[in-house]
Amino acid sequence: MKLRIKFKKFGPVKFIGHLDVMRFFQKGLRRAEIDVAYSTGFSPHQIMSFASPLGVGLESNGEYFDVEILTPISSQDFMDKFNAVSVPWIQVTDVRLLPDKAGNAMASVAAAGYTISFRESRGFEDGWHQKFEAFMSQPQIMVTKATKKGTAEIDLKPAIYDYKVSEDSLYLLVNASSEGNIKPTLVMDAFAAYCGERLRENALMITREETYGSKVYKDGNVKYIPLAEFGEWME
Amino acid sequence: MIKLALSDDILMKVDKPARYIGNEVNAVVKEKSKVDVRFAMCFPDVYEIGMSHQGIQILYGMFNSFEDTWCERVYSPWVDLDRIMREENIPLFALESQEPVKDFDFLGITIQYEMCYTNILQVLDLAQIPLKASERGDGWDYPIVIGGGPCTYNPEPIADFFDMFYIGEGETHYRKLLDVYKACRKEAKSRQEFLYKASKVPGMYVPSMYDVQYKEDGTIASFTPVKEGVPATVLKEIVMDVSDCYYPTKTVVPYIKATQDRVVLEIQRGCIRGCRFCQAGQIYRPVRERDVEKLKQYAVELLKNTGYEEISLSSLSSSDYSQLPELIDFLIEECNKRHTNISLPSLRIDAFSLDVMSKVQDVKKSSLTFAPEAGSQRLRDVINKGLTEEVILKGAALAFEGGWTKVKLYFMLGLPTETEEDIRGIAELSNKIAATFFETVPKEKRVNGKVQIVTSTSFFIPKPFTPFQWAKQFTKEEFIEKAHQTKRAIASQLNQKSIKYNYHEADVSVLEGVFARGDRKVADVILKAYEKGCMYDSWSEYFDNNKWLESFDECGVDIGFYTTRERDLDEIFPWDFIDCGVTKAFLKREWQKALGETVTPNCRMQCQGCGAMRFGGGVCFEVKN
Repeated sequence: MKLRIKFKKFGPVKFIGHLDVMRFFQKGLRRAEIDVAYSTGFSPHQIMSFASPLGVGLESNGEYFDVEILTPISSQDFMDKFNAVSVPWIQVTDVRLLPDKAGNAMASVAAAGYTISFRESRGFEDGWHQKFEAFMSQPQIMVTKATKKGTAEIDLKPAIYDYKVSEDSLYLLVNASSEGNIKPTLVMDAFAAYCGERLRENALMITREETYGSKVYKDGNVKYIPLAEFGEWME
Repeated sequence: MIKLALSDDILMKVDKPARYIGNEVNAVVKEKSKVDVRFAMCFPDVYEIGMSHQGIQILYGMFNSFEDTWCERVYSPWVDLDRIMREENIPLFALESQEPVKDFDFLGITIQYEMCYTNILQVLDLAQIPLKASERGDGWDYPIVIGGGPCTYNPEPIADFFDMFYIGEGETHYRKLLDVYKACRKEAKSRQEFLYKASKVPGMYVPSMYDVQYKEDGTIASFTPVKEGVPATVLKEIVMDVSDCYYPTKTVVPYIKATQDRVVLEIQRGCIRGCRFCQAGQIYRPVRERDVEKLKQYAVELLKNTGYEEISLSSLSSSDYSQLPELIDFLIEECNKRHTNISLPSLRIDAFSLDVMSKVQDVKKSSLTFAPEAGSQRLRDVINKGLTEEVILKGAALAFEGGWTKVKLYFMLGLPTETEEDIRGIAELSNKIAATFFETVPKEKRVNGKVQIVTSTSFFIPKPFTPFQWAKQFTKEEFIEKAHQTKRAIASQLNQKSIKYNYHEADVSVLEGVFARGDRKVADVILKAYEKGCMYDSWSEYFDNNKWLESFDECGVDIGFYTTRERDLDEIFPWDFIDCGVTKAFLKREWQKALGETVTPNCRMQCQGCGAMRFGGGVCFEVKN
């Protein structure tokens, strides 16, 4: 059976990179004595798939991975067992049983929502709220993005699915699929350029709030659904 | 919410910030108001190296099992953070509380290899503790800096930097030392009063309590306590009941990959072999085995509590552990159940070990290791390495039949009495092993059609408390010439295409030689080199030999005095005040037997009266058949 695990990562562990987070869960699942399925051979490994790497320095309330297990367990039991042997800064917050035909976590990622706030005295000048609305109402938002082959000119606008400006923070829902992933810093750098400013070093505090898959309706509408909702809570 | 010592800005700038955040799984956090003693335990190298060290995990667990003590960890900040901490005047902090080391009661530093000496100074400096113990005053402004580990069997080159040393195994007398400390603080005694009392606790060496006089030729004339009641010799501390002493089963699991990224199970201490170049083989005598049932229990608990995907055994010579087959059978079964790997230490290659290895590793990918140490039988007799060519070739043949195609060979260059013929022997033995492959494995069965032999040489460095402590070390030029001879000899072999040759840096070996047998005069050189920017000397990219040579020059200290000088049999060595159990008379006998090319049987075959029997246990009292 394939489970989808949702977890949060915050505080000191935001400085741990993606590969180390994967290793943390591999060890954690062993400590929790969850009956995980393993590959065969001399170096057996757990059959798992992570949704989307989170950059070093970012916090998250919506990280995911899928893992294959052999012995059924209730969602609550899984969470209790794992969290008891984890650190307070990495905690499982949801466990779902995936239907057999569900795509794996990594392939399912379509979008991610981020809350962005500013370190003291490193934010934008007053009036940035209005400017952001104006920034978003441009027909195109062209930026240069670093790619594997060098750089490419891309239009950010269609990759920003939703946004919300609040008093001292900003929410962005952006493309996070493997083909079109947009880092929130790319949007903020573009916005800074639009304002004629330059973001100061390490100015942003970013939290990934949720990771989404997508569902395309017959009428062509696309709805972004949290990855957890592709599976069912196990009593 | 935990507050980190370093700002986000700094952590985002440095390489591997997870080295500095602490809070790992199984890290111990206590309430500081509820403890009497705060102990900072330091390994003076980068986090990934330090976290791989078993000794700290043992002492960390033991200290934290004391209700009145909170032990935290400290490692050397990497060079990038080192620069920032100096620029911004950030004091070195312990990982758990993230609080400055300077405010602790003790700073314990484990000293595992000589080339970390400048990093000890880095740690003290960043902690804002005066580098010399004599500059730390008589009050309690700074923690008591205490050293331990194998290099403290000659602590003299670094004696100036330490308030005290703990000679031997930490499990025995730390409790007593902490009690003496607590009493002194309670009675408002001074730092010097505490150190005086501490010097009377067994195993403790307080350098300031001893006076050293030198002869005109630079050797030691006398080494005497300066205060009444301070013992003239310090007997090493040793745990006699290793099965019933503290052993940690909930060790700290790093977030980032440590060098030793696995459960390590210490199966025994000491070694029966008595190789004459090996310090560990003497100072950890006598051999003491842990009970196999206990080890099984530790293994299971450790795997469960850490979640590691691999377990490894640790000892000086695992093949000599009497219950090895039983332990390995248990581990294989347990690890299969848990989908965990077993990584075996270098076992002596024979039918048993090959059978075990084929069960736990991928034969095609793994390599076999032999450590003949010397190229000829004559020289192997000199060093008392009881490994014969016949045994090596037989083991290799068995291995090749079993499907192995990669062999690693370790040798030393510059051993006492070595001749060109011995050096040629290295090449010839490598060649014979390659030839064995072609003779043993028929053409159609050869994987990729070839065998890979990697022959590595290191340069021999005489160490204290070995029969070779009297031996002269070779110069850098001689070392390099020996390596070139080896290279040429290998190139002239029939199977040279199957043999790859590596040799160690000669500069570092010379320095290591100075530190290994150095005296108190060497401290100035270490300090000078540190002031010139030497640090991380065991990392080749940071080792700067020129700065070291300048430092020797400016301090007027002669390298040759410590390395190439012939030592008189009656010379007082800087480390002679330490009694490691093995007597100087025994070492002298062994040195003479070495020169006579005579081997000495191991402890299980025949007791040689080395002196370690006085500890009253271990292999010396095993029931002999």
